[in-house]
Amino acid sequence: MIEPAEVERLLRGRFGDAQIELVDLTGTQDHYQASIVSAAFSGKTLLEQHQLVYGALGSAMSGAIHALALKTYTPEAWARVSGGSNGRSAT
Amino acid sequence: MDEALRERIKATIESHKVVLFMKGNKNFPQCGFSAQVIGLLKQNGAEFRDVNILADAELRTGLKEYSNWPTFPQLYVDGKLVGGCDIVTSLNESGELKSVLGVAAS
Repeated sequence: MIEPAEVERLLRGRFGDAQIELVDLTGTQDHYQASIVSAAFSGKTLLEQHQLVYGALGSAMSGAIHALALKTYTPEAWARVSGGSNGRSAT
Repeated sequence: MDEALRERIKATIESHKVVLFMKGNKNFPQCGFSAQVIGLLKQNGAEFRDVNILADAELRTGLKEYSNWPTFPQLYVDGKLVGGCDIVTSLNESGELKSVLGVAAS
């Protein structure tokens, strides 16, 4: 378990200027969904973007957080998906 | 990580064109994210090898370090990490998954 504020603090430490939306999916503080829009993702593959996020969360990923659904966007990609819809966040 | 483990991981990743490291196996996935990736692989007609990391603690720990990727499932194609459930789902939605998997378009 880890407080949402602590997850956000870890993410802020790496993605200072980012737009971060964090959802506790189960209310148990160990299954999170994070949507992050940051210029730090520019020029990186989706794989590398997710690795950056995992790197920022560090040891929290091995224990405290059991599952993390991740959506990462460059500001440009975010402008495209947020244009007319909610992107690929179905349901 | 010791060299023997690194070699074993490399050999396992390269043992098949498409390898999925998952919780459970392809017939009995023991995690929703693993089940979702299995579904997408089947739906796209991919042949793949499944490796149950719940049955191999050393492999489970070693893979996280080997690929700088702390979660499972992990999908590899041609010896390279493609990603986890979110990335595989996103590739499927954008229509790229078939070509990533090397499955001919039908």
